[in-house]
Amino acid sequence: MPSFLFYLFAAITLGFGLNVILARNPVTSALSLAVSFVGLAALFISLDAYFIGIIQILVYTGAVMVLFLFIIMLLDIQKEEAKRANTAAVIGGVVLAVVLTLQVAAVLGVFKEGAITTEQRALSMEIASKREDVAQVKTIQKDLAAGTLPDAKLMGMTLFEQYGFHLQAIGLLLLVGTVGVVVLSKRESPSKPVV
Amino acid sequence: MITLNHYLFVSGALFALGLAGVVVRRNIIIIFMCLEMMLSAANLALVGFSRFRVTDGLPDYAAQSLVFFTITVAAAEVAVGLAVIVALYRTRQSVEVDTITRMQG
Repeated sequence: MPSFLFYLFAAITLGFGLNVILARNPVTSALSLAVSFVGLAALFISLDAYFIGIIQILVYTGAVMVLFLFIIMLLDIQKEEAKRANTAAVIGGVVLAVVLTLQVAAVLGVFKEGAITTEQRALSMEIASKREDVAQVKTIQKDLAAGTLPDAKLMGMTLFEQYGFHLQAIGLLLLVGTVGVVVLSKRESPSKPVV
Repeated sequence: MITLNHYLFVSGALFALGLAGVVVRRNIIIIFMCLEMMLSAANLALVGFSRFRVTDGLPDYAAQSLVFFTITVAAAEVAVGLAVIVALYRTRQSVEVDTITRMQG
């Protein structure tokens, strides 16, 4: 990927991420976060993680942000008044963010193993098509032999062959989450005490 | 040229932004959004490491599976968290964290 595209999407991700914090209107924050996540999805795709990039857009900007906007609408939250900014919290937050960023930059400055480009770690479909695990799935092997990266198929192979139990545990978690949301949102009858 | 360190720095900066948001803002919905931002920042680091750990010509799909699970758990967490916020709003008529002081020592 050309360098300027990385800088563009990194700027979109961080710029709109900053706007989430700065905006006084919650709807502006939510929409900024959606744009920030689209930039992040572009960064994922630049790392050849096409499936994760699409999932990021579908789940985060599609489902999660709509849920956020729906709750903001439901609760009818007004703009915060500007005067009520807590000075100590603002200073603390800014210092925390700056120190953490500087710390990350300092660590990365001496992390020599990280100074590698994607060209130096190039993907090779030719080598990959000779892998043993790939050889068992004909459709993946065919795609690799044709020189394309079947990202979603490889993700599926990894998930269902190596992490089958985890996948089912996640399914159970989603079920429990759904039940929990219904229980939490149910309006208690006035006679019953609040749990 | 774009190296792994570039991606890791963006990840760290995004995490720092989310952390600052959690500390600075007092609207609980914005705090929740900033939590999502920090989770996504961790995902970016994972995908970066996955791409740069090439074995036999393919990126490390174990890391991307972990990202997949993180996104799923985050989605479930958002659903439950927002239900808690709605329940909180019903009893307090406010989403400001300053008004929630019942458990303060």
